[in-house]
Amino acid sequence: MAWTRKILRVNLTAGTCTEEPLNMQWAQDYLGSRGLASKYLISEIDPKVDPLSPDNKMIMATGPLTGTMASTGGRYTVVTKGPLTGAIACSNSGGFFGAEMKFAGWDMIIFEGKSPKPVYLFVENEKAELRDASHLWGKSCWETEEIIKSQHQDPQIRISSIGKAGENQVLYACVVNDLHRAAGRSGVGAVMGSKNLKAVALRGTRGVGNVKDFPAFMKATNEAKKVLHDNAVTGQGLPKYGTQVLMNVINEIGALPTRNHRDVQFEDASKISAEAMHEKRESDGKTHLVTNAACFGCTIACGRISEIDKGHFTVKNSPKYWGASGGLEYEAAWALGAANGVGDLEALQYANLICNEQGMDPISFGATVGAAMELYEMGVLTAEQIGIDSPFGSAEALAKMVEMTAVGEGFGKELGMGSKRLCAKYGHPELSMSVKGQEFPAYDSRGIQGMGLAYATSNRGACHLRGYTVASEVLGIPVKTDPLATDGKPELVKAFQDATAVFDSAGICVFTSFAWTLADVQPQLDAACEGEWTMDKLNEVGERIWNMERMFNNAAGFTAKDDNLPPRLTQEPAKTGPAKGLVNGLAKMLPEYYQVRGWTPEGEPTADTRQRLGL
Amino acid sequence: MQITFKLFASLSDYLPPDRKGNVLSLQVAEGTTVQQMIRDYRIPEMSAHLVLVNGVYIPPSARADRALTDGDELAIWPPIAGG
Repeated sequence: MAWTRKILRVNLTAGTCTEEPLNMQWAQDYLGSRGLASKYLISEIDPKVDPLSPDNKMIMATGPLTGTMASTGGRYTVVTKGPLTGAIACSNSGGFFGAEMKFAGWDMIIFEGKSPKPVYLFVENEKAELRDASHLWGKSCWETEEIIKSQHQDPQIRISSIGKAGENQVLYACVVNDLHRAAGRSGVGAVMGSKNLKAVALRGTRGVGNVKDFPAFMKATNEAKKVLHDNAVTGQGLPKYGTQVLMNVINEIGALPTRNHRDVQFEDASKISAEAMHEKRESDGKTHLVTNAACFGCTIACGRISEIDKGHFTVKNSPKYWGASGGLEYEAAWALGAANGVGDLEALQYANLICNEQGMDPISFGATVGAAMELYEMGVLTAEQIGIDSPFGSAEALAKMVEMTAVGEGFGKELGMGSKRLCAKYGHPELSMSVKGQEFPAYDSRGIQGMGLAYATSNRGACHLRGYTVASEVLGIPVKTDPLATDGKPELVKAFQDATAVFDSAGICVFTSFAWTLADVQPQLDAACEGEWTMDKLNEVGERIWNMERMFNNAAGFTAKDDNLPPRLTQEPAKTGPAKGLVNGLAKMLPEYYQVRGWTPEGEPTADTRQRLGL
Repeated sequence: MQITFKLFASLSDYLPPDRKGNVLSLQVAEGTTVQQMIRDYRIPEMSAHLVLVNGVYIPPSARADRALTDGDELAIWPPIAGG
């Protein structure tokens, strides 16, 4: 069946693993993965809990389509209260780990408490046990995978783990699975580290069977796959160029945040773009890009696998980085590159490899480096404090900083706290390019107005994956809207936010939404899941999930004042490009958004809205 | 007049083989339109998806009438996306 109807509850304090039935009424109301796991989390923790305390919980969850024949049905999420933001955190990852969890017979795993010593969870179908991880503590994500597979003599085990960043509770530490896929944002890896949980290793051989109407499911998934195949974006553009193709696009429209958002266009954007990854290097005659790659069940295959220049200063004495590995994707390339003014593709890939190896979110890390470089250029930070001269554009500084942060040495400890805390400590909180403590991704909201509202209202802090209006405002998906206009953006942002909550909760990749609408997902869910899954129900589920997350954040202490952007984006006009002279029009959009949402002027869902959504 | 012409992603195949990168600096006749450039370089209509002049989107309905002026930068992509 789409849901296995089973939850594994792991009490790390007591060292117990217990099976529980899935609450099927909640499954009908919140679908799975992001929505359902958030419902469990919110029902079980105090919203004001310290995210890094044993009283916080962490849930790894699949959706009803995870592990099935639905295209991209390999996604899983890590849900917890995030240490970077203090808001609800829900980080989504591809690879093969999510499907393996389903194959082992579990919809989700709830971790609670804190182990007295490092452990890892080993699950083999219905058998689950905590095992000593003292030999793994201090190891990277890559080493951890290798050791566990070797130890169990099973190369088919799927593993999610933390590296040194998670152990050291870097506030933007990731949980990494399958070497280079990650539940990347909001510091879910730090929560895992705080619980002394090094890894989760899964082996499942049960498959996923008993979907509600198998013939209808086969028909629906085949038709939906054809839509992906026939679409020029998902059938051709993403497999060949990956997400990185956006580098030149976003630079051209004047919305590529550069040098900590001082500028909106980067003069070296072409050097770190998808096109550059296809060009032969002068040094060795090889292309940076080796091949594309797909996660479980994916018929798009947007992933990038690259090989770094062995003679580059970052790796010439480190052969372990010479092999083909994951990256660069657009967000990482931007954050490690344009955000810091670094136009050295190989240096970006090196920093990306370290982020994968030791489990750090390259977006928040890169953006924090950008803040540090601005503080350095202002004379607030010195080379002595940082450990290296750190002007914008220094690939050497980027490489040094990623090494220090990954292992928690020197100034890396401060970088590991994220830009909000770093900038506050040095007297310039306005220089943190973040919302609710989480750093922006790769779109400047002066040049893409709707993204300013999407960032300000994102339930997990600044994020592009909670309401990707770039699709409409820039790429014309599903319809083209004007990126410089604010009119109509509150409705657009809400529509993207609610629909994305459904895609995430189904267990599929949001990139399908470049070709699919909810109308393509609905027949797949309706055939797979018991109950009747109409378009109306899906729209309601998406809106319910969004409001539930919002209510948690409100209870955690967030108010309308936190739906804000840094003054740089609302007071300092863009200097170049189509948005020259513009700031973000958040003040105009936000009250309209609250109205569209059915919220009070204080940003809280009204009683009518709560009642309508059963909250 | 002089313009800058940029073709990205798979459209770079429509640039001359001896070009460097994705950018050409071109002399074109006064009054040359966006549509003429697309046709002159034999770019399939369906592939000229995202068409920008100086970073501003030119919808299909406006391409035949949008005359380029000296110093303009015309950039074109096929259907692409990322995130």
